[in-house]
Amino acid sequence: MSLTLEEVDHIAALARLHLTEEEKALFRLQLSAILEYFAQLQSLDTSGVLPATSALAGYTSPLRPDEPRPGLTTASLLSNAPDSEADQFRVPPVLE
Amino acid sequence: MAALTDLTLTDAVHSLRRGDISSRELTSAYLDRIQRLEPSVHAFLTLTPDQALSQADLADHRLATWRQDRSSQLPALLGAPLALKDVLCLEGVPCTCGSRILENFIPPYSATAVERLAQAGAVFLGKTNTDEFAMGSSTENSAYGVTHNPWDLERVPGGSSGGSAAAVAARMALAALGTDTGGSVRQPASFCGVTGLKPTYGRVSRYGLVAFGSSLDTVGVLGRDAQDVALVFRLIAGHDPCDATSVSLPLPDMQLSEQTGLASLRVGIPQEYFIPGMQPEVEFAVREAVGVFESLGALVTPVSLPHTRYALPVYYLVAPAEASANLARYDGIRYGPRLPAETLWDVYRGTRGAKFGPEVKRRVMLGTYALSAGYYDAYYGQAQKVRTLIQRDFEQAFAQVDLIAAPATPHTAFKIGARGDDPLAMYLEDVFTLPANLAGVPGLAFPVGQDSQGLPVGMQLMTPHFREDVLLQAAHAYQCVTDWHTRLPAL
Repeated sequence: MSLTLEEVDHIAALARLHLTEEEKALFRLQLSAILEYFAQLQSLDTSGVLPATSALAGYTSPLRPDEPRPGLTTASLLSNAPDSEADQFRVPPVLE
Repeated sequence: MAALTDLTLTDAVHSLRRGDISSRELTSAYLDRIQRLEPSVHAFLTLTPDQALSQADLADHRLATWRQDRSSQLPALLGAPLALKDVLCLEGVPCTCGSRILENFIPPYSATAVERLAQAGAVFLGKTNTDEFAMGSSTENSAYGVTHNPWDLERVPGGSSGGSAAAVAARMALAALGTDTGGSVRQPASFCGVTGLKPTYGRVSRYGLVAFGSSLDTVGVLGRDAQDVALVFRLIAGHDPCDATSVSLPLPDMQLSEQTGLASLRVGIPQEYFIPGMQPEVEFAVREAVGVFESLGALVTPVSLPHTRYALPVYYLVAPAEASANLARYDGIRYGPRLPAETLWDVYRGTRGAKFGPEVKRRVMLGTYALSAGYYDAYYGQAQKVRTLIQRDFEQAFAQVDLIAAPATPHTAFKIGARGDDPLAMYLEDVFTLPANLAGVPGLAFPVGQDSQGLPVGMQLMTPHFREDVLLQAAHAYQCVTDWHTRLPAL
């Protein structure tokens, strides 16, 4: 299993990650080696086995009543924002 | 008189109640020790000495009032100084997760586990070092420098809760919270010679824990012995309406018995955890500890967990896949620094590319690939099927035994830099701890010996879901007749 540089570019784009040329070359080698090691999973017969969906099969998640209750204030939620204005997060233009 | 910092948490709480010591004295003793040792150990990312001392004074005031009129109930940890891994939010105190992408993040609320300790009267000394977003086995992936193992400062403390483990081992905190997604409490506990509990998945609320792998993450406890760990665990466990994955099952009786017998406890030894290439001294110490269990009345039998070898590839597909989704939120919009750019797309890419460290990028890439169109079934889908087989292994083993005993790690603490730039070599560090996370079962690591260099060796116990009481009682019984947990690094 060997990744191409184009595949590395594609994954980085999906992951919204800017990578340097050095990082791309390194990740191509390292991820290829890791995926090669993981290939042993393919040799295992899992026909008829259901995929795990939880670490706790058989326990259901309790849900709380859907009732209004106090939450965090707008000011506290915005307090960590790198850029905000008029009680909103400010971002560069999304549309041309 | 021994140093104040030599008291266990259990003893310190009693001494505080009797008035033998004040919380200010105890907290000051810890702050002094931190000031002396922190330059060489670097267990902490943030220290909160002023807040700690005012919490201590409040505790002392409350203790003095209580001594006048003992009709009221005192909180369980009143006045006891603890540390928190820096992936758990404490309102108003920076939470970096060991990452540059949260270098200026101040949480607007506290994690439930942290809040419960605060309600119990704990004094918080600060936030401990961690591999970035808990991704690593040595704290070498922290963006803020490595933590040094108190037993040998040239060695790693393990990870990712390496700061918490080192702080407890070096007596820079009475106990600490950590988190365990693939071994991040048990492996550093083992490397630092302390007792570390990874609870059952769902036992402790994760509200306010910065998410890494949501089907695996647990909040755990590191302490000096099973008694101290039980004291803290009892307080943080239990259902939380703010975490839909927390389970509302009653906690079993956690009063550990002074009686050391383990009569008729069935202990299984999985052959798959004694692998070629492991350090012989580790195997020797673990087998000796099993002998102690037998002498205490346990019935020891071999068991098999046949899919153990697949836990590593399964984990390193499932955890990065979940991480790639969880870490999508760090994009320079709502918190953390932002790299200015013309377009939103370039803000995302630029901020993440500049502020995530290499291991986080690698895992986000790996996880994104495993979930991407065309590869999902072959990688993520197959991994989740094999995870089912690993879960069945545990079900079948626990049909025969009450407890599984195994090494916590294949070897003792390694030298800083020894795993170099080979990510797979680092992933192999977790080979004995990953299966418990995939199956959701609780695990406990504690010291059972030392190697020829004087480094601690850790053993790991595992039980069926929600039987932390059996885990802690078994380790307590062992610790009542041995003294490995009382050994101290020379600092």
